[in-house]
Amino acid sequence: MPSMRLAMTVAILVAAVLGITLSVPWLKTPVLIALADGLAVTGVIVLIRAGQVSFGHAMYACLAGYGVAFIGRAFHLDALLLVALGTVAAGLAGAVIGVFMVRYRGIFFGMLNLAFSMVLFSVLGKFGAVTGGTDGLRFDRPPFAGFHLQREGFEIALLVLALAVAVMAGWAVQYYFRTVDGQALAAIKTNETRLEYLGISAKRVFWRGYTLSAALCGLGGSIFALTQGLVTPDMGYWVRSGEIVFIAVLGGSAHAIGAFIGAFVFSFVKLYAAALLTAWQLVLGLVLIVMVFVAPTGIFGLIEKRLGPRPAPGKGGSA
Amino acid sequence: MTVKAPAGLLSTRGLSLKFGGVVAAEAIDFDLMPGERLAVVGQNGAGKTTFINICTGFLKPDSGQVFFDGTEVTGRNPRQITRLGVGRSFQMPQLFTEHTVRDCLMIAASAVRSHGGFWLPLENAVDPDEIEATLELLQLRPRAYDLAGALPEGQRKLLDVAMALVLHPKLMIMDEPTSGVSTDEKHGLMAVLMRALEERRITSIFVEHDIDIVRRYATRLAAWVAGRIAADGAPEDVLRDPAVIKNVIGG
Amino acid sequence: MDASLIILALMDGVSYAALLFLVALGLTLIFGVMHILNIAHGSLYAWGGYFAATLGLAITSLSLPPVLGLPALFVAAIIIGGLLGTVLEFFLLRRILDKDPILQLLVTFAAFMVLEDLQRLIWGVQPVFVSDVVGQLGTLEVAGVTYTRYQLLVLPSVAVVAFVGLRWFLRKTALGRQVTAVTHHREIATAMGVNTHRVMWLTMALGGALGALGGALASPTTSFTPGIGAEMMVLSFAVVATAGLGQIGGAALAALMIGLARSFSIYLMPELEVLMPYLIMVAVLLVRPEGLFSTVATRRI
Repeated sequence: MPSMRLAMTVAILVAAVLGITLSVPWLKTPVLIALADGLAVTGVIVLIRAGQVSFGHAMYACLAGYGVAFIGRAFHLDALLLVALGTVAAGLAGAVIGVFMVRYRGIFFGMLNLAFSMVLFSVLGKFGAVTGGTDGLRFDRPPFAGFHLQREGFEIALLVLALAVAVMAGWAVQYYFRTVDGQALAAIKTNETRLEYLGISAKRVFWRGYTLSAALCGLGGSIFALTQGLVTPDMGYWVRSGEIVFIAVLGGSAHAIGAFIGAFVFSFVKLYAAALLTAWQLVLGLVLIVMVFVAPTGIFGLIEKRLGPRPAPGKGGSA
Repeated sequence: MTVKAPAGLLSTRGLSLKFGGVVAAEAIDFDLMPGERLAVVGQNGAGKTTFINICTGFLKPDSGQVFFDGTEVTGRNPRQITRLGVGRSFQMPQLFTEHTVRDCLMIAASAVRSHGGFWLPLENAVDPDEIEATLELLQLRPRAYDLAGALPEGQRKLLDVAMALVLHPKLMIMDEPTSGVSTDEKHGLMAVLMRALEERRITSIFVEHDIDIVRRYATRLAAWVAGRIAADGAPEDVLRDPAVIKNVIGG
Repeated sequence: MDASLIILALMDGVSYAALLFLVALGLTLIFGVMHILNIAHGSLYAWGGYFAATLGLAITSLSLPPVLGLPALFVAAIIIGGLLGTVLEFFLLRRILDKDPILQLLVTFAAFMVLEDLQRLIWGVQPVFVSDVVGQLGTLEVAGVTYTRYQLLVLPSVAVVAFVGLRWFLRKTALGRQVTAVTHHREIATAMGVNTHRVMWLTMALGGALGALGGALASPTTSFTPGIGAEMMVLSFAVVATAGLGQIGGAALAALMIGLARSFSIYLMPELEVLMPYLIMVAVLLVRPEGLFSTVATRRI
């Protein structure tokens, strides 16, 4: 997509979201959750670039969330700092786990991520004295950029933060895809042998991508935690990880914006289906099945097709 | 026991490898000088690809040593050997099928880039003139923006070599560069490849089944039989060798 | 830890392993033949259990002879598992055989979501627990420890019969050998004249029935609530991954290993109980990703 047109579209969307949410106050929470989900999904989109899928990445969102809760309860730090620390914690965990993880591909990669996430889930649920068990941990509303805000004001501030972070993360991921490392990551999907025979370490490239994906999930998890004021082990359950992959395919994994398109569609179908039918999983499940057959490149893929063929190559290329 | 590295670009000493009961390589002593264009012939299973795989680090020998440009490289992995200056193309071209031809070359070039870290946009980290020159040399310009996976076989072969060329190798090893290409295209393909290597003064080894191509393009011929080099020398001499006629060409 | 606790843990572990094995068997069989990981498999367990409970309640309310209780479990499993397995194969799995693996996983994940909601709509959110069968069969004393006949005798026997029966089927019958052929190489089997569509349908029906059987047999001893399918999904997957995808004998050993690890940890350090299967899975995948009993090389660099 030509970058001018994309930037304009994003600006309009951000303004629209902000405007609508400010006039319909109860929308704040679902929008915040959609943004948090979208961030986690951008992490998974990074992995999908390399042709891999993780069924355990919710663990990084969960880790970050618990990090925010623990630190928030112990040190009463500012919300902005908490988000940063949660993200860093998830990124570090990803870097460490990634050292083992990057030797695996395909279904083994998916399985090992799942296994790690279930270990975390079980630990969080069982060691209740430290972690609050299956009920989770509550924490008080922290100050935001130094201001002690009431719930309404805090949510607005958080919303502005989440929108800003979402735009920056989306831009950063797209930029990453165009870099030397990002292009090598994409090459892992088609021919790792060739990368080795070019003198490039596929494992090292993948490790950097994996760490980035963990940090992005952590960013989403931190914002989610601040939105709810509560973290539970369910944040890291395998079904949650599956939903993240679900949203990636629903929205379209070719472009970071697909993550947010998918997250918003997911959030709002869930909202309305739950209200009308109490069967949102049924509706979304059927939607996804239809999409896999009819539009496997997701909603973004459909939009791209509508906008016509790519412009003359240059900076666009295969990004 | 320290062995003084042999002079010569690629050398092996006593290279041996067995797979189960099959002798894939037996005590191979070999020296390749810069500037040579070596053709490798032999029946399927004679050990040609095994030899290449050992020299490029894909396989480890049971015993023996490999030297490249004065350095011992026995047991090193393909990445390390590539970085020392060995380029390789494959029987089945190894391409980034979902990238464009141009992007494939850029990714390859990024491996030997002189400026920028891995966070730089790919476009800015490589020299566009060099990419263009390589595309031109291998007659891939018209296809520069096509997906590598969509190319016909001949151009896949050319791209496979191009990706290695962009690394500025000292030695280029090509495994059956003309296989899978129609007979009338073979010579054209080989001519383009060899001209490119000549221009960049790259020593080459190519595994080949077509004797005409061997006669036309090789300065030296080595014939493999049952894991050993049965004959090695000027192509016409080797082609007259009775052992070669019996085991490789005729029969 | 004294002798009676050890025996208790052993019997606990074995009866739990029997259930795990049945479910894992279905999952690994389906993967072996279709090379798709059926994430909806856990739902088959849940539906098997719920349906068995429904049949059990029907028997009581219609004043039918209570002796029908145990056979009703098997009937429930075969009906619901066979039916759901067939529906999944026909509408979904058969049509995604050649799609991108990520899309295949998501289709079965979507099927799981649909089945979860349908289950909730049919049976509600209140726990369902119909334990009459266990009471009927009474208890047994082994080495000073009292145990239910159901858990000590029925469950392991069914598991053994299923294992032996399946092995016999795969090796000695014509249809079974066709299934084995398709497992090893679908294209070659097709070229040899095997009706792969029929084989796949049969496998899904059989695999589904096994999953549902696990649930049906668990229903007299477990209370069924929403979410139990998800729990069993990831647990049975841990067994399958530890054994090696497609390994049938291995699944039995892995189920036993995980079942015993879990039951012993209940008595030694209860917090570890839920953790054990996944710790084992992580350990195995890190050291031998293709599974403990697999003969296939791994997709690892």
